[in-house]
Amino acid sequence: MTAGAGATAREPTTTDAAGPVLQVADLAVSFSTERGLLRAVRGMSYEVRSGEVLGIVGESGCGKSVSALAVMGLLPTSARVSGSVRFRDRELLGLDDPQLSAIRGKGISMVFQDPLSAFTPVYTVGAQIAEAVRVHTETSRDQAARRAAELLDLVGIPDATRRARAFPHEFSGGMRQRAMIAMAIANDPEVIIADEPTTALDVTIQAQVLDVLRTAQQATGAAIVMITHDLGVMAGVADRLIVMYAGRPAEVGSVDQVFHAPRMPYTLGLLGSLPRLDAAAGQPLTPVEGAPPSLVALPPGCPFAPRCPLQVGVCVEVEPGLDPTSASDHLAACHRSDEIEAGALGPADVFPVPPPVEPPIAAIPREERPVVLEVRELVKSFPLTRGALLRRRVGTIHALDGVSFDLREGETLALVGESGSGKTTTVNEILALAAPMAGSVVVLGRETSTLETSTRKETRRDLGMVFQDPSASLDPRMPVGDILAEGLRAHGVAKGQRRRRVGELLGLVGLDAGHVSRYPHEFSGGQQQRIAIARALALDPKVIVLDEPVSALDVSIRAGVVNLLQRLKAELGLAYLFVGHDLSLVRHVADRVAVMHLGRIVEIGAVERVFGDAAHPYTRALLSAVPLPDPRRERVRRRIVLEGELPSPLDPPSGCRFRTRCPLFVAVEPERRQRCVDEDPMGRPQGEDHLAACHHAELRNRG
Amino acid sequence: MAIPTDPLLVAASEAGEDVPPGVEELEVGGRGRLVLRRFLRRRLAVVGLVVLVVLFAFAFVGPFLSPWDHTSKDFAAFLEPPSSRHWFGTTQIGQDVYAQTLRGLQKSLVIGLLTAFVSTGIAAVVGACAGYFGGWPDRVLMWVVDLLLVLPAFLVIAVLSPTFRGRSWLLFVVLLAGFSWMITARVVRGLALGLREREFVQAARFMGVPSMVIVFRHLLPNMASILIIDATLNVGGAILAETGLSYFGFGVQPPDVSLGTLIANGTRSALTFPWLFLFSGGLLVLTVLAVSFVGDGLRDALDPNAAAARAR
Ligand code: SF4
Ligand code: SF4
Repeated sequence: MTAGAGATAREPTTTDAAGPVLQVADLAVSFSTERGLLRAVRGMSYEVRSGEVLGIVGESGCGKSVSALAVMGLLPTSARVSGSVRFRDRELLGLDDPQLSAIRGKGISMVFQDPLSAFTPVYTVGAQIAEAVRVHTETSRDQAARRAAELLDLVGIPDATRRARAFPHEFSGGMRQRAMIAMAIANDPEVIIADEPTTALDVTIQAQVLDVLRTAQQATGAAIVMITHDLGVMAGVADRLIVMYAGRPAEVGSVDQVFHAPRMPYTLGLLGSLPRLDAAAGQPLTPVEGAPPSLVALPPGCPFAPRCPLQVGVCVEVEPGLDPTSASDHLAACHRSDEIEAGALGPADVFPVPPPVEPPIAAIPREERPVVLEVRELVKSFPLTRGALLRRRVGTIHALDGVSFDLREGETLALVGESGSGKTTTVNEILALAAPMAGSVVVLGRETSTLETSTRKETRRDLGMVFQDPSASLDPRMPVGDILAEGLRAHGVAKGQRRRRVGELLGLVGLDAGHVSRYPHEFSGGQQQRIAIARALALDPKVIVLDEPVSALDVSIRAGVVNLLQRLKAELGLAYLFVGHDLSLVRHVADRVAVMHLGRIVEIGAVERVFGDAAHPYTRALLSAVPLPDPRRERVRRRIVLEGELPSPLDPPSGCRFRTRCPLFVAVEPERRQRCVDEDPMGRPQGEDHLAACHHAELRNRG
Repeated sequence: MAIPTDPLLVAASEAGEDVPPGVEELEVGGRGRLVLRRFLRRRLAVVGLVVLVVLFAFAFVGPFLSPWDHTSKDFAAFLEPPSSRHWFGTTQIGQDVYAQTLRGLQKSLVIGLLTAFVSTGIAAVVGACAGYFGGWPDRVLMWVVDLLLVLPAFLVIAVLSPTFRGRSWLLFVVLLAGFSWMITARVVRGLALGLREREFVQAARFMGVPSMVIVFRHLLPNMASILIIDATLNVGGAILAETGLSYFGFGVQPPDVSLGTLIANGTRSALTFPWLFLFSGGLLVLTVLAVSFVGDGLRDALDPNAAAARAR
């Protein structure tokens, strides 16, 4: 991997002469279920050439992964598959398993979303990669082992020979994903299918893995079929793009065509619902209302019709074909794509955008608003013990090490950082409302360490909480009405009032009040999260902690929930503590940002300041790792690739905790470096409402 | 798939004006009615329930239909096969098998159900509390579980039973239940440990819901299926335990009878004088089957995620 900064510009290395390596034509997959025939994929056609990257995007359940599994012949036998999948000149559909196995791995290989499940826990990573080599080629054990180390080196695993002897669980998520890629390219495949290869990873690791994928492609000249739900990632990676909806391609074209001249309302909606790092804050996103149709009983006509603002009579009667638009290689499945083209319509023209909401409190300057939540020098550490019988303390994990911030009425403070940076610990410490190990938490003027049992309960009223995954945060055994009433009941609200409030809450989040007796699983993901938000609002809190409130939701649903949160904040004068790793979204929702790294806040300030002129090298690296949903800008972007991963919180580096990964540390003169090693940087002002903990922040442009 | 409602443009102010339809039934009938509806969809469960009700009715009303009771003897009929005078025949000493079987059924049903109920109840509460609270309550409770597990239950009951002789059979239920809840409690504790970390439990905690309420409202309902299966199995188990103890003279004492004592007495002559064994044995099988069908149906009704419940 290229060290330090590397331009992401990439020339398509298409070699047309060779013809497509993988050709899929009219692929259809269906399953029979209790409720009827589930048509998971219909009319899927594509071809990829060597060196080309084909992206397939779509929401969960749109058939993107099923189509990939069908190509690999990995679907369960209950699936009915028709159409044609040709690899080189060989038809793959209908081959039996031994024949397919000969092609899998060598001709076509696959990178899965969850690399832990792709490795067997009882063998070393090196042995498993060597095994993959030996299955397809006659090599000695030694040669295979050497090749495995080479491959690990290629995907940027430091000290590859030694690490090859490690077991999968000893690798971090990012390393495992690299090892998985190493295994996938072990036999010089001609096609690599990558199914959500970066979904579970942090942005900086995601950028690294995408880089590795690119390196791997260059090393093997393979074609890549990349499947993801994240349209943003595609802009910088793919050459061509297929947008899928309800089991079939809705739009097909080059990245530039799809991103800059979308011709199908669903694509428009997806693009409009993406928050962008380079957009001004406060603009509502364009929401796509509703949810994808059930694949069991697809209505006749366009599957997108119930959600489409451009829907006309013919849409519900005739399903539009996937037809060329004015450019012959740009296809769209929409009756009105010509009109979209003629009018050069953008997302905001097609989808109704709610007017931006400005909280009345925003008129009051920040300093004059009351502080609703204050955290001072918060410390939390966990003992690390070893041994089953006699527990010995072998170390201390410093999860939080002096975290301070305050949250004022009517504002949103976002906590961002990679996993393991201490965001969640901070939130849990606040919500526990107990005395912290050191430091203090003050909620609406009440210090948590001095709370009596009764005042603690009273304080809980003022603090709402929304979790990441609504399907896990709603008790599956309780009807929605009881879920919403629970907090009210715990605080002794009378029954009649409870009922009234439940109806009110459902209305507030845009759900039908008649739904009280339904169970959570009867709702779609977006609706479930609305219920969770309603529950958080039940007791009229002043502060709501939002822990990644939309990251478990589908892209087109997110915008609606985000807009709802914004509206509620304005109407009810709430303050949000927003935990997130999606920086584009943070840019969109937050007023202030705190960037966390290894239990510290390294940079904090107004969102325009921090995102516009980041002072800490870590923030700058994070920001540069965020993909922009804009292929033209992606191509010319300079990316700061962070080396390595978060150091262990067990034994943080001396001085500045970021120095082992800091590009600025490398860039500055040796005498300045010494200061980073010796002295722990404190937050220093970088302008109005902007602190950064770096000794050399003013030299940041060198990094 | 749920029909999407218009999610965004609902004016918040309008919605809160009056109580919308549907909110009325909320806490009262909402959940119970749903469970009932799902239960009624399960044919076998309904059959099981009907059989169970009939058995109960039969056990308690049946004795009045016959002139004999379980203690009276007819010295004109020893070991008679079923006839119009003695519907189920008579025993070696002229007791009426019909009257005895019904009396035995009464006892066994009540003992079995009560024992299962009490034992599962103890297991649920102890296991869930141990798992939810952790720390020293967990250690103390699990210590008790281990202790009871190593005690030989049969012996303890046998040793204790002379002290209870002549007292209520309810004590017998308590003893049986007291020695049969431990394994389930451990399973429940394991489940509670997992559920404790679930976000909906945390959400309740952060809202200020008291711990015991969380245990009863969130933990136990989410283990309902395992508790119900357990209770069902326990009914059979308790009846069998009661049989064994009664056989050795430690359980239900003569002149009182239970299905257990009747089967024990009948097995020796099951082939030659089948009426001594067939009626009590048949009723036992019927009872256990019916209870387990009901258990199945209840599980599907209570568990909205069960596949069968979803397919309407
Ligand atoms: S065919 Fe009609 S409903 Fe479907 S996307 Fe086009 S305009 Fe919308
Ligand atoms: S203090 Fe030094 S090591 Fe730390 S971020 Fe600044 S330049 Fe990098």
